[in-house]
Amino acid sequence: MAKEFRTLLTEIKLPYELAYGATWTKFFEGMKEKKIYGTKCSRCGRILVPARTFCPRCFVDTDEWVEVSPQGTVLTWSYANYRYFGMPMDPPFISALIKLDGSDVGFLHIVAGFDLDDFEVVRQTVKTGMRVKAVWEDERKGHIMDIRHFEPL
Amino acid sequence: MGRPVAIIGVGQTKHGRRMDVSYPDLVREAVLRVFEDTGLTPDDIDGVVSGTMPSMMEGVALTHFYFADAMQAVGKPILKTETCGSTGVSIAHTAFYWVASGMADIVLAVGHEKMNEGDSQATMTTVCEPFYQRHFVAGAPGAFSMQSRVWMDNFGIPEDKVRDAAAYISKTHHDSAFDNPYAHVKLRVTIDDVKNSKIITYPIRLLDVCPNSDGACAVIFASEEAVRKLGRKKVAWVKGIGFRGEEYYFGDSDKAVWQSAIQAAKEAYDQAGINDPRKDLDVAEVYNPFTFQEMMFYECFGFCGFGEAPDLVLKGIFARDGQLPCDPSGGTLCSNPIGATGLIRVAEAALQVMDKAGDHQIPGARTALGHAMGGADQFNGIMIVGSEM
Ligand SMILES: [Zn+2]
Repeated sequence: MAKEFRTLLTEIKLPYELAYGATWTKFFEGMKEKKIYGTKCSRCGRILVPARTFCPRCFVDTDEWVEVSPQGTVLTWSYANYRYFGMPMDPPFISALIKLDGSDVGFLHIVAGFDLDDFEVVRQTVKTGMRVKAVWEDERKGHIMDIRHFEPL
Repeated sequence: MGRPVAIIGVGQTKHGRRMDVSYPDLVREAVLRVFEDTGLTPDDIDGVVSGTMPSMMEGVALTHFYFADAMQAVGKPILKTETCGSTGVSIAHTAFYWVASGMADIVLAVGHEKMNEGDSQATMTTVCEPFYQRHFVAGAPGAFSMQSRVWMDNFGIPEDKVRDAAAYISKTHHDSAFDNPYAHVKLRVTIDDVKNSKIITYPIRLLDVCPNSDGACAVIFASEEAVRKLGRKKVAWVKGIGFRGEEYYFGDSDKAVWQSAIQAAKEAYDQAGINDPRKDLDVAEVYNPFTFQEMMFYECFGFCGFGEAPDLVLKGIFARDGQLPCDPSGGTLCSNPIGATGLIRVAEAALQVMDKAGDHQIPGARTALGHAMGGADQFNGIMIVGSEM
């Protein structure tokens, strides 16, 4: 029989105050008004969502603000059915990359609005290329979860 | 590429749930084995490089200080290299740069992780930015599952075929782990076991996913002059290296045609003079924490065309007795102490070309590839080794 050795149960708790900066302050303030903002790159022309301070490819400031549609197309998805410490949402949930109409990148969020506990329902409902729309929380705080989820159109 | 550099020896711990040892003692276990393997002593070492995935996996920051004694680094130059899941290959690259530059003759590289001491996915999720993406990415399995689906859709590969090929990979790697004395998971599984195992992040199921492992790996890199002075014959010469990063935001780039993987391999192939990797390589240790992703690497590394990997997997092309055996050690799928994992891939590649891989030796292997991937699909690193300088 394997010998048992002692272990130390411990934890580290640290407070943080993270600065949004001007661009993300404006983006998350927009969420309160049910608006999803992107910024357009003057060089490559891509509309990036969420709004960015600069284009990652062209390295130029992206200061042209564009409101994009709360509707979009699912680019890919996965059904998360496991748990880790401090997970922001209770599984099961469906992570998805959604290309919002009028934008050029995938917007990461969740797809819900049907019975997620029944995987057969999920498998029949969720497809790459499906159309979805944002469902907003009634009380919005300027947070990414102001969009409760995206649901099938 | 600077001066010629060789791997002259490797040491690994038994990987697994190692609550029988403290973290420094685990590191020392690998370091003792590399000294035993090479016949060197700490006095012979000019510099030490080590790394983990994120330090906070075990709740201790800057672990190269914590392990200074266990690595016998006191009084020597010491570096830490950290690139997420690709850390282990980056450690190997750092050691290579150090010797190739002429600034050191013999360098000890050590990768380590003790994933059972914390919550690995909670730690890994802190790699994602905190305002937006961290909420949804569902840990490493979530990001890589979404990437796998983009790949299937992009190349029109039927999901059932990918599922069958992934199950084949899982079964054969689990079988191979029985021939690797250091492997963590030793479990006989059937194709049906894999296909019916619990969904983790669909389409990925439990037996498609690597374990949380505790483990360490130590590798000694030496200059040509040192190899000659020591009179070593069986060494693994570094023939080529490549590393590429990508844009940060998950969703900004097409990851079906995975540029960091393609370009990192191309850089290494150009240096090593490899034109047709499926013929020119004898064995590959591909970083495969998820079975689905392993097939994407085959394609991005030019082992086959895009969209072809599942068919070739099912034909056994990448099996132990196939044209290009991949992960004969059982791979990351059966042992994943993350900060060590990439260095284990390099060590296993080196063992193969030194003809020291034991029961999982690919007979006559002369050229081998080691690889690791990190970030949310963000980094890929390669090291190619060969038996001839
Ligand atoms: Zn641009």
